[in-house]
Amino acid sequence: MTTPIASRGPRISGGRALHIYTWVIIAWLTLPVLIMILFGFNDTQGRYNQTWEGFTLKWYGQVFALDELTKALVISLVVAVVTAVVAGALGTGVGYALGRHRFRGSGTVNLVMFATMSSPELVMGASLLTLFVSLGAGLGVTTITIAHIMFSISFVAVVVRARVLTLDRSIEEAAADLGASPWTTFWRITFPIILPAVASGMMLAFALSIDDFVVSNFTAGTTVTFPLWIWGATRVGLPPQVNVMGTLIFMAGVVIAVVTSIRSRPGRRR
Amino acid sequence: MSSTRRVLAPYLQILPGGLWLLLFFVIPMVTMLSLSLQEGDIVSGYVFTGHWQTYVDAITNYRVQLVRSLIYGAITTIVLIVVAFPVAYWIAFYGGRRKPTYLFLLLLPFFVSFVLRTISWRQILTDEGMLLGPLKQIGLLPETFHILGTPAAVIGGLVYNFVPFMVLPIYVALERIDPRVVEAARDLYADPATAFRKVIFPLALPGVFAGVLMTFVPASSDYVNSAVLGSSTTTMIGQVIQSQYLVSSNYPTASALSFTLMAVLLIGVFAYAKALGTEDVMKVAAR
Repeated sequence: MTTPIASRGPRISGGRALHIYTWVIIAWLTLPVLIMILFGFNDTQGRYNQTWEGFTLKWYGQVFALDELTKALVISLVVAVVTAVVAGALGTGVGYALGRHRFRGSGTVNLVMFATMSSPELVMGASLLTLFVSLGAGLGVTTITIAHIMFSISFVAVVVRARVLTLDRSIEEAAADLGASPWTTFWRITFPIILPAVASGMMLAFALSIDDFVVSNFTAGTTVTFPLWIWGATRVGLPPQVNVMGTLIFMAGVVIAVVTSIRSRPGRRR
Repeated sequence: MSSTRRVLAPYLQILPGGLWLLLFFVIPMVTMLSLSLQEGDIVSGYVFTGHWQTYVDAITNYRVQLVRSLIYGAITTIVLIVVAFPVAYWIAFYGGRRKPTYLFLLLLPFFVSFVLRTISWRQILTDEGMLLGPLKQIGLLPETFHILGTPAAVIGGLVYNFVPFMVLPIYVALERIDPRVVEAARDLYADPATAFRKVIFPLALPGVFAGVLMTFVPASSDYVNSAVLGSSTTTMIGQVIQSQYLVSSNYPTASALSFTLMAVLLIGVFAYAKALGTEDVMKVAAR
């Protein structure tokens, strides 16, 4: 009984059926996105962008025609950038410490991080709202950003910690033996090595922030971010500009993902 | 480098981030717990009374939605395992050089805003829309047939939105399996089904566990899918909490409901972890 062994496939039949199944799932996942992109090209007349009325490019020309929507997008982008920078810095500190040192209290930090990553967003948003209300703090861009940084820190820390754990300590020791101060060693040796992880962590924070709806919903007050604007407009129908912006954000995300995956191909390191 | 500095170093590195998490995660949770035990309203202020009645009232009033959310969450999770496992399996064992490409294709739709994706489904599923319209015209479906507003639509939306959170952890677990282990099983006369049941599936369990953890909790507490794709008969607890907070500003009740939800989900996760064996949980948590 000799069956040829597939690439890595254990001798199990059904590879073909599973292959088709995988493509069916990919098609199902992609369908709503294609519909969204398609309706950005719809020559719709009324407020409802529901039925296909012909192809047009005019919405791409008028993408910023709706002031409120444009403002919401700008707020979302600003919050996401600030979140990426601040959560990137704070998360790197936490991740580096956890990956590098053994110290008392690290268990607690790990537990809190695990809690922030596994708590329902609804509960986090609600608890922040109760805090802000009891402090009498006004809700707005600041409170949204505070909340986004809070839930992004752990993700950055986890990504950075994973990289720090694989560091070869001897390189740093060599630097120290050659008379580099700890400060110099960190910035000249360690940081460049962990930089890709820091960058991925920051990108993750940016992505989490720009797509966040639930926590923003609780901490925004009257301020409107891009997802909140969409949410508010659903009752009356979405204008095609939303599809155009969604398409552009989608394309930007895809391009960035492709570029980073090509640049971080295994084999470039070590 | 003095020894004091060496001892202090990790604390100094953790301090800014740790402080942020303390101020904006731990303290708000405590605030919310205390608020749920207070009486009063937003105008006259709150008094701490250790008032458990709020919990009793909140749970009795919204028992239906709470139970419904847990049922929807559980169904979503089970459907996700069924949907995601074969995909993760095929990519891990048959993906070959194209593995990253397939994973990328799976993640592609998630570059679109969560709310927008869900609304896009509503557009596809509307009563006379691109899916049901033609089917009704050729008489395959009765005129009154609808999907929107049914539990199926809400659960479908939930499954759709959480697919990557189930596929990726299962994929990672399967990817770690040494194919020689499976070979050995086959050499010892295990047929494919037995090899799968006795070798592959047990080794994939930590991945399934992580996937369940990453999907059951957010799916049960979600309110976007039920609001966009559902109706008054599919209201989930998340919608109740959201409107208690943001519409009626009934903070004690809303806080009590949030905590009840959190407690129920935590108990569920821990019971599930116990049933599966704690080392799996530790493995997942330590990743």
